[in-house]
Amino acid sequence: MTIASGFGLTGVSFAYGETQALAELDITLQPGRFYGIVGPNGCGKTTFLDLLTGSKSPDQGSVFFENQPVADYRRRDLARMVALVPQDFGIDFAFTVQEVVLMGRHPHIGRFASPAAEDWRQVDAAMAAIGISHFKDRFVNELSGGEKQRVVVARALAQQTPYLLFDEATSSLDVQYTMQIFNVAKRLVHEEGRTVIAVIHNLNLAAAYCDELIFMQKGKVAVSGPTDTVLNPAMIKKVFGVESRVTFDDFSNTQQISFRYWS
Amino acid sequence: MRQSGYTIWLLTLSLAAATFGAIVYATGMGHIAVPGGDILRVIAARVTSNPALLAGIDPVIPFVVFDVRLPRILTATLVGGGLAMSGVIYQGILLNPLADPYTLGVSSGAAFGAALALVANLSLMGHFSVPLFAFSGAALTLLVVLYLSSFNGQISANTLILSGVIVGAILAAGISFLKYLADEQVAVIIFWLMGSFASRTWLDVGVVTVALLCGLGLSFFYARDLNILSLGNRSADTLGVESTRVRWILLLGASLVTAVCVSVSGIIGFIGLIVPHLMRFLVGPDNRKLLPVSILAGALLLLVADTVTRAVLPVEVPIGVLTALIGGPFFCVIFRRRQRRAI
Repeated sequence: MTIASGFGLTGVSFAYGETQALAELDITLQPGRFYGIVGPNGCGKTTFLDLLTGSKSPDQGSVFFENQPVADYRRRDLARMVALVPQDFGIDFAFTVQEVVLMGRHPHIGRFASPAAEDWRQVDAAMAAIGISHFKDRFVNELSGGEKQRVVVARALAQQTPYLLFDEATSSLDVQYTMQIFNVAKRLVHEEGRTVIAVIHNLNLAAAYCDELIFMQKGKVAVSGPTDTVLNPAMIKKVFGVESRVTFDDFSNTQQISFRYWS
Repeated sequence: MRQSGYTIWLLTLSLAAATFGAIVYATGMGHIAVPGGDILRVIAARVTSNPALLAGIDPVIPFVVFDVRLPRILTATLVGGGLAMSGVIYQGILLNPLADPYTLGVSSGAAFGAALALVANLSLMGHFSVPLFAFSGAALTLLVVLYLSSFNGQISANTLILSGVIVGAILAAGISFLKYLADEQVAVIIFWLMGSFASRTWLDVGVVTVALLCGLGLSFFYARDLNILSLGNRSADTLGVESTRVRWILLLGASLVTAVCVSVSGIIGFIGLIVPHLMRFLVGPDNRKLLPVSILAGALLLLVADTVTRAVLPVEVPIGVLTALIGGPFFCVIFRRRQRRAI
């Protein structure tokens, strides 16, 4: 299979020992779009991202990135194209915030070279965009969970990659910082033509920011397509098993979902 | 606490100077005191093969300096550096500031090998039997631990630590059994286990130097990757680090350096734990700064400890006992202080 650019997965399966995480997955991800991956816990969303980054290799099938199998890329080359904001970001060592963000420049700096002016500029810009410049000299192991998460987002931004992968990147953030990060991501997609692929648990957040939604269920893609066409009560019922209503909300200027919480 | 770039350079240079000074000074200490100037002259005479430099020096002095003291002193210095270096690498890879070179059971393996050679009274390789058995024991243990903890070529920090503990426990039972079998030979085993630099030769110096140089090359080459590995596997992968490969290479390198150190000197605890820990406190966790400072500090510390037991104390206390007796309580103090700060 060939696609002009972006990611293409054909017949991809992956299992952890006996447990099947992904089964016969076929999907194409085009560049310049904001993708949201939604689905119940344990449906294979994180494994899906790990296959895109080459962190895991499929048991069957193939994962292509820009017309080449992901497995054929050198890690360093891929790291200049694809950045990941992981779910787990515990660091036990006392690096400063600035040092961690600078690690985002790792694939751009030669093995024995020092960071160039451009590297420092990107580090400063990333910290400014996420609003963490004022605590750049603090130690990451002494930050709160939310602060750490923002540092990791800044690190991924400093990496300056055309593709950004978020694995529940805002799970421990309050509404203000969640919106700040997604606003930055949205701007990167719409103004710079970058691609964001985000695993999101909050369906309203996904509805507000994503151009395309991928509903995953039991290791398969239940449906994928433009948010307006695939986000509906029937699909939410099918994938999550809950009752909901999808309406256009003119205050937020986007589709929003309300749930019937108890009855 | 954390020092700036300039101060770190200064610290590295002063540690290097202090280590060199301590080597010369320690060589003068002992039953026969030798002034520093004479030591430098003896060394210069050997290096340049110019006997004229020895004029006016007691003919026994060159022998004492060159064939008795220097091999022991240099071995202690190199082993100290090697253990501290392995400590830094282990702590970085196992994502645990409390790991040390013996966490994976390398020391237990070496001890078992040495005990076996001593009990069986193996002397087929003469003076080298015990070190060779110790090294083989360490290397085999490492292989078993790595086999137990790897799955599809991946290794995780937690399974490594757990496998090390399990294999170490089995080997400890084995060592006890060997001691039981040894009867009157048991004293030799116990003495070996406590570590010693007595009667080291230039060959020991050479072997440890080669191991240390290999370890140095590897660890400096991968120092920045080791920094990135502390962010966790998935992050390191997506930042362009071949994390599985780097982890294997560094683990093997550090373990082999440890195995060589243990086989020439026995089991010397706490250097590989405390030195990286203390130095991280001063220079921060960046391995490019931490490695040189730790290696020098470990070298200096073990040299001083060995000199104290050799030339200062009225009776020679086994070096492993001394480092544990001084290092242990000292470590408890910093540990406690850090806990209080964290709360």
